Amino acid sequence: MSKRYLSIWFRHLVTDKYLLRRPALRNTPFVLAAPDRGRMIITAVNALAQAQGIVIGMAAADARAILPSLQVLDDQPGLAGKLLKALAEWCIRYTPITAVDGADGLILDVTGCAHLWGGEREYLKEIVTRLKTSGYNVRAAMSDTIGAAWAIARYGQVTPIIEPGEQVAALQALHPIALRLEDPTTERLQKLGLTPIGKLLNMPRSALRRRFGPALLHRLDQALGREEEPIEPVQPPVPYQERLPCLEPILTGTGIEIALQRLLETLCHRLRQEGKGLRTATFICYRVDGQVIHVQVGTNRATHHIEHLFRLFELKIPTIEPDLGIELFVLEAPDVEEASPMQEKLWENACGLDNPHLSELLDRIAGKSGAHTIHRYLPDEHYWPERSIKAATSIQDKPTTAWRLDRPRPIRLLAKPEPISVTAPIPDYPPMLFRYKGALHKIAKADGPERIEREWWLDQGAHRDYYIVEDEDGRRYWLFRSGHYAEDKPPQWFLHGFFA
Amino acid sequence: MPRTNQDIMAQLQRDILPLQGFKPPSKGAALDTGLGPVEAAFPNGTFPTGAVHEFLSSTAEDAAATGGFIAPLLAALMRNGGSGVWISSSRTLFPPALSIFGVEPDQMIFIDLPRERDVIWAMEEALKCEGLAAVIGEIKEIDLTSSRRLQLAVEKSRVTGFILRHQPRHLHPIAAVARWNISPLASELEEGLPGVGYPRWNVELEKVRNGKPGNWQLEWSAGRFRVLSPTVPYLAQARRRKTG
Repeated sequence: MSKRYLSIWFRHLVTDKYLLRRPALRNTPFVLAAPDRGRMIITAVNALAQAQGIVIGMAAADARAILPSLQVLDDQPGLAGKLLKALAEWCIRYTPITAVDGADGLILDVTGCAHLWGGEREYLKEIVTRLKTSGYNVRAAMSDTIGAAWAIARYGQVTPIIEPGEQVAALQALHPIALRLEDPTTERLQKLGLTPIGKLLNMPRSALRRRFGPALLHRLDQALGREEEPIEPVQPPVPYQERLPCLEPILTGTGIEIALQRLLETLCHRLRQEGKGLRTATFICYRVDGQVIHVQVGTNRATHHIEHLFRLFELKIPTIEPDLGIELFVLEAPDVEEASPMQEKLWENACGLDNPHLSELLDRIAGKSGAHTIHRYLPDEHYWPERSIKAATSIQDKPTTAWRLDRPRPIRLLAKPEPISVTAPIPDYPPMLFRYKGALHKIAKADGPERIEREWWLDQGAHRDYYIVEDEDGRRYWLFRSGHYAEDKPPQWFLHGFFA
Repeated sequence: MPRTNQDIMAQLQRDILPLQGFKPPSKGAALDTGLGPVEAAFPNGTFPTGAVHEFLSSTAEDAAATGGFIAPLLAALMRNGGSGVWISSSRTLFPPALSIFGVEPDQMIFIDLPRERDVIWAMEEALKCEGLAAVIGEIKEIDLTSSRRLQLAVEKSRVTGFILRHQPRHLHPIAAVARWNISPLASELEEGLPGVGYPRWNVELEKVRNGKPGNWQLEWSAGRFRVLSPTVPYLAQARRRKTG
């Protein structure tokens, strides 16, 4: 299938933007100028100033001499690039592949897009009208090649739409300047009288190469479609992407849900056919006022389950503000992995960690409250209680060592040991009584001590001597003394947990 | 065939139970919790699974005892590699201790949410999830409506839920199959042996739907429950109330 390209030329890109910011300038000729080797050189000219013969590259002082009423404003370096990038992103609503072209144009790869707007003429008209109503003076042209579209957009006189295969006819009458050549080459062609491109086409290629170098032939071939020309999209197209343009802007939550459901159906259908599942999905809403809203969800396991994905997005739909309306919905799956439906069936009935329902549940919770709220623990080879468990990185992680059963551990462990006051006989007998939160506990039975050393290579401090104690009422605690008994200071005792 | 009033009443009771959601246990499907005589307090004499149990605790020690008592029940529910979800806003449970009661701590997924409201939401979502063996939620306050939603969720999914209510402000009835109150009891060792013995609890079944509340003293030793005292009828007949 042959490609179709659309070239958009912004004739006064930067000055149009200035006009949007300061509408008072509408009827005054003005230029933008930037200092260069001690002079102010004009970098952009508005339409009125251009009509008076002022061109880019002129010194501002000379231009003032031609036109005394000329306003000279300071240029913002880099503004044109930023504007073009923003405009290219805005144009994604018309086609997924858009690229910045030089300093004043855009290239859109519109292959297979125009029929959605009812034909190429309507498509082109829609884009140009939208850009013109937003204040930009543009020309656009559509063709099979980037080169021809570029030439027609800037120099074409007849029609902006070049039918497939008609590049030669369309370019024949144009000046070679339309071929995007270096200035010296254009000048030489002009001097030799090879002005319409048609004359070049009839000349032998070897002669052209000898006289003008390979660049001319290269550009000629690109314009005529004999050579491929790559473009660099502002946003690289995602292989798994679905688009849903809307006839009328969508304003309601129900409308968004319907759009989401439709996009999910097409995307998941495709994923299922290819035996794949997605790990992250992004739902992008293009608003009428040019804003773009992104909503992202992630899953624990590659999935193409429509209902599940819908429920994940459903939690976030209230955060989408339609404002004046949403005109385009895009659903992307940047992370896609293999997902075999056979395995899913195997796990369907098991109630273990592999169960798909469980990972769907965790996706929903992570979607609402964040993935940091979900924990799973594996044993770690440390005696120090706080370090004896480690957080598992994924749901599939298996313990590398067995859970230890030989040391009794309390069922409830305080995150931070709480200091208690204790009466205990020296040297290493368990305490006789302790006071915790104002209540006095007389100890009836005790086990211990179990000395746990701090791992000096991990942190510094005193060891702990743990005792399991039971008070007269049968309540069981885990107490410890920090460090050895010392002559000069009283020992520190802590309560660290509650036994069942 | 002689039919006395008692026979007719018993037959009617048996007919009503399935209508209320208590299915007679099919052979081999009954859960072996090892609770022994405690199970007799429940309708059909089996520990109700696919239902929500409510556990009350007033002190941290009671909360620990409750944790110790439900851990073997979780072990029974999660026996065949099943997984459980523990949802809490202030979790102090120490996962390695679960392994002492037979639960694989790595089969348990802990969800720590900042707000109680989120805990109830997550618990309802988890109870709807058929892939789970058990769901434990540490919820301080829950109203009747929310608890009914949980009840509806388990009726569909047949997941067993445990609501652990630590120091609740209001003790209004909630939609639960049973209300338990576990407190620690002094352990005992054989004569002359020093140290702390096996954990012992006073298990109070305050309310049970269609069953007989009671009071037992249990010990967890050698990997199973041991009943220390014969069944004590729970409180006076006048104070007994049926839970809704």
